[in-house]
Amino acid sequence: MSATAVHAHRRQRRHLTPARIGIYFFLLSAAAFFLMPLYIMLVTSVKTMDEIQLGNIFALPADFTIEPWETAWSSACTGVECNGIRGGFFNSVAIAIPSTIFPILLGAMNGYALSFWKPRGANLLFALLMMGAFIPVQVMMFPLVRIMATLGLFGSLPGIVLIHIVFSMPVMTLLFRNYYASIPQELFNAARIDGGGFFRIFIQLMLPMSTPIIIVAAIMQVTGVWNDYILGLVFAGRENLPMTVQLNNVINTTTGVRLYNVNMAATILTSLVPLTIYFVSGRWFVRGIAAGAVKG
Amino acid sequence: MSNVSIRNLCIRYDENEIIKSLDLDVIESEFLVLLGPSGCGKSTLLHSIAGLIEVSDGTIAIGGQDMTWVDPSERNIGMVFQSYALYPTMSVERNMSFGLRIKGTPAAEVERRVQRAAEILHLQPLLKRKPSQLSGGQRQRVAIGRALVREAGVLLFDEPLSNLDAKLRTDLRRELKLLHKNLRSTMIYVTHDQVEAMTLATRIVVMRDGVIQQIGTPGDVYERPDNLFVAGFLGAPGMNFLSGSLASEGPSIAFASARMNIDVSAYAFRETPATGQPVVLGIRPEHIRIEKQGNPNGVISLIEPMGNHHVLWIDCNGTPLSAVVHDALELKADDPVRFTIDSTKVSLFGQAGERRL
Repeated sequence: MSATAVHAHRRQRRHLTPARIGIYFFLLSAAAFFLMPLYIMLVTSVKTMDEIQLGNIFALPADFTIEPWETAWSSACTGVECNGIRGGFFNSVAIAIPSTIFPILLGAMNGYALSFWKPRGANLLFALLMMGAFIPVQVMMFPLVRIMATLGLFGSLPGIVLIHIVFSMPVMTLLFRNYYASIPQELFNAARIDGGGFFRIFIQLMLPMSTPIIIVAAIMQVTGVWNDYILGLVFAGRENLPMTVQLNNVINTTTGVRLYNVNMAATILTSLVPLTIYFVSGRWFVRGIAAGAVKG
Repeated sequence: MSNVSIRNLCIRYDENEIIKSLDLDVIESEFLVLLGPSGCGKSTLLHSIAGLIEVSDGTIAIGGQDMTWVDPSERNIGMVFQSYALYPTMSVERNMSFGLRIKGTPAAEVERRVQRAAEILHLQPLLKRKPSQLSGGQRQRVAIGRALVREAGVLLFDEPLSNLDAKLRTDLRRELKLLHKNLRSTMIYVTHDQVEAMTLATRIVVMRDGVIQQIGTPGDVYERPDNLFVAGFLGAPGMNFLSGSLASEGPSIAFASARMNIDVSAYAFRETPATGQPVVLGIRPEHIRIEKQGNPNGVISLIEPMGNHHVLWIDCNGTPLSAVVHDALELKADDPVRFTIDSTKVSLFGQAGERRL
């Protein structure tokens, strides 16, 4: 009885007030502002070119077709070749997988060493690493090209992976260092007394405890590498161009009419991987941003 | 079972001297408690014995072997931490066997030792559980088990009961004492809790600012404190202190102050005292007796009932004194009272270094 009374009371208090209507109005218009382009892209990608040329970009498709998607995936022209952007998709996968696994392993090891073994000058080392994160990529581009060329890795898959590893190191290290800072030092001491060495404590004790932060790191790294354009363009080489670069090529390669529907489909296809990750892992992603932001 | 011998140990962080040229001998099979306020260096000392902190100077020998620079795992020690420090991803069984498995101990031997430790600590039903499925008391028992399976010469305890609630603390304290009685292993135990120190120790080491103040049995340290710090640190309520001076009247020696004179002829002076020197007299609350008759020499300002005893706070001409009374009490606050001091139980401290006379 009283429970229902309380319930009713609560419901009444939640009733729409002018302030609440204002908030909803603001939120809805903000959402519309960001969703409108997506809507236009989706709608345009399933229209025929004839329909697009009528100019009603907000209209729903009168003549639904998935042909632009097929074209974008397998036969759109990226320069001279006309194999669609699927090649770029598989290149991006090939780049993203090692560029996620290695930075996570190395970043975790860095964070572990900095948090627990505390070598002399660890803080200075960490500060230097962090400073690296603030130097614009453009400054390092040319020296890196020279270095990669000298190493014989320029324009190769290992080359672009190495570049991604290097550029991800500050953030990955920060992420894991902060995570390990929350684990009591006593746990590490106990493992030391039990006879664990550097790698055994890392692999058998710390890594199994790191699942949450590994998920966060993987999300950040996959989306980061997938969305990368400039590094892939410069370092990957013609054979390994990532999907973003291929997309740019599709859109800039015009022979005659500009195929808006194909361009839209290709763009959506390219953003599908990060989009899926955002939707599936929203909670983890927010946690990652928070973990990277707080605590120095 | 090993002894531990520490010589001239110094530990410095930058400019701070945490441990100052410390010598300590831990006898085989004893339960040694390092006691002191926080920041006194007791944990640092324990960690240096474990090899978790590098020493700046001096040597640490365990079982007759110099271990100053030996890796923690090779020191023949087991350690129990305040926060339990159990490996969260491993079951109780694997927590206990982790060290043995690293060493490559044969599986049958690992099994035997884990079973034995589990039996001693009543952990058999919990062996398959993860630490997160255990209560605080169970976790600490697992941590003790992890130290036991190493069958080490020395067991180190770093405030192992501080994270537990009062009831559990008392239970586990008793279990620890029983464990020592049955195993007779050398145990070194750090705490800031004087009750733990008094109940568990065969010897107590009282520390302050990285320096040992006194080493002795619980009785020694409590009844014959070496200096004012030890006297004040142990006991609740704390020892009562009166300042005055020594006066000799013929063959007898008396403590004289503005408040009262006490005949201390029976006091076991370490050396013949100089009369007239200023001293501090310390008397434990339980050695102040309330008399039924006689002229009142104080007023009761407060009574704290503790169940099995009462703590009386007596105002003696402006000096507050505490007394512990076990009998049923007919007194109440603001009553005048007659009390006497058991002069055979007093401690006298000189002014130089506040040391016991």
